[in-house]
Amino acid sequence: MPKSYADLLREARSEIPEITPPQADAIRQRGEATLVDVREDSEWDQGHVPGAVHISKSYIEQQIEAAVPDRDAPIVTYCAGGVRSLFAAQTLREMGYTNVTSMARGFQGWKSEGLAWTSPVTLSNEQKQRYSRHLLIPEVGSEGQAKLLDSKVLLIGAGGLGSPAALYLAAAGVGTLGIIDFDVVDVSNLQRQVIHGTDRIGEKKVESARRTIQNLNPDVKVVGHEEMLVADNVERIIYGYDVILDGTDTFETRYLLNDAAVAANIPVVHASVFRFEGQLTVFQPYDGPCYRCLYPTPPPPELAPGCSVAGVLGVVPGIMGLLQANEVLKLLLGIGETLAGRLVLFDALDATFTELKLKRDPNCPVCSDAAVAARKAGRPLEVATVGADQPFVLGSVAGFGAPEARA
Amino acid sequence: MSAVWIPQVLRSSVGGEKQVELDGATVRELVDGLVGRFPALRSQLLTTEGDLNRFVNVYVNGQDVRYLDGLDTPVAARDEVRLLPAMAGG
Repeated sequence: MPKSYADLLREARSEIPEITPPQADAIRQRGEATLVDVREDSEWDQGHVPGAVHISKSYIEQQIEAAVPDRDAPIVTYCAGGVRSLFAAQTLREMGYTNVTSMARGFQGWKSEGLAWTSPVTLSNEQKQRYSRHLLIPEVGSEGQAKLLDSKVLLIGAGGLGSPAALYLAAAGVGTLGIIDFDVVDVSNLQRQVIHGTDRIGEKKVESARRTIQNLNPDVKVVGHEEMLVADNVERIIYGYDVILDGTDTFETRYLLNDAAVAANIPVVHASVFRFEGQLTVFQPYDGPCYRCLYPTPPPPELAPGCSVAGVLGVVPGIMGLLQANEVLKLLLGIGETLAGRLVLFDALDATFTELKLKRDPNCPVCSDAAVAARKAGRPLEVATVGADQPFVLGSVAGFGAPEARA
Repeated sequence: MSAVWIPQVLRSSVGGEKQVELDGATVRELVDGLVGRFPALRSQLLTTEGDLNRFVNVYVNGQDVRYLDGLDTPVAARDEVRLLPAMAGG
């Protein structure tokens, strides 16, 4: 006996319980059910319920088990007007899902109730192809990709750490990459600074990095800062960035950056390297320790040679720089656990990672409550400075050879 | 005996060893033993007053001794003690 559309709809209505959009929203906010949007891609792209999973009705049988493995987990289906979601819910029931409801009046009803929905994310077809491997990951998806494209990351230095980080952040589609570096490409950089090349020797690092990035991903805007980070420009340069990646090679810059970033409340993803070793952490202002909590004062020169003096195995900054890029992406996307409050040590010779716990120093002159109050009152606490009379460049320390001319 | 891990930047002061086995019930006893054996380390680890330099951190089993009992932090056999100096290389 053939059935009409009206017959099928009547059957579905009698089998599937329906809830109103406000009821669905309450369930959503309590995290009590997975909302499954069964509309087509183009409808989803124009806006949807925050946190909903998108499986268009034509793929529901194929994809629901990956999205909701538990057959007893509560599911609320919705579409544009409340009809397709009923049929999709019927399918889920046939597949053994025991707790499926359909949202009456669909997304139109949701919007007319004035409930929250995400603004449309518009990726071009070219971007959908370019970032397809990101779009396939539920934790990133088109919303996450749009966030990355809208993000601004500042790289302090386009050197050993900054080069690999810049390449992967650009490839990932981080929309704006600021690069501060006043140096020019030297042949001795190329052993690890892979964003540059032999044809770039003598070229400004910022320009060389810009050319490589534009070729890799034209979506990325590169903002070059060809200057040295100093007290007079640090606030202006870091303003407006979402995350800062510290890949510099001097203590002066690291302390200067820390103090300014804490005041501006911008997270800093920090790494440093020495020969076969690397250190990595995230300084998330006020949520975790800052650089001065970890190292209240800079060390004397003989204890702190840079790469130009002590040398470094090229892959070590490569590995550390990519771990930094990983932290940056997590911070931008708001996923996973960052390294705030944890320091990772990498030993390339042993191939080991060791984790140390870091704490906020309650007496920190930069990030403690007293320091914040003092800054607000216009009288910042005194900090240990690294002055020009105390440059962190080795003179002639046994075992470290002669330093490069550059400070 | 406890093992004190020596970071690369300090290894030239301890004959290239990456780990030094020492007797001691506190961090202070370990550090004293270490600088006794390797005098070149003294100025790198300790202030003239005998406190830990603020640019070197000491961790016992992953915890910073500054938030435990400082140099008086007890150390048991087989605890992992690490010296961690700041590094600037990038």
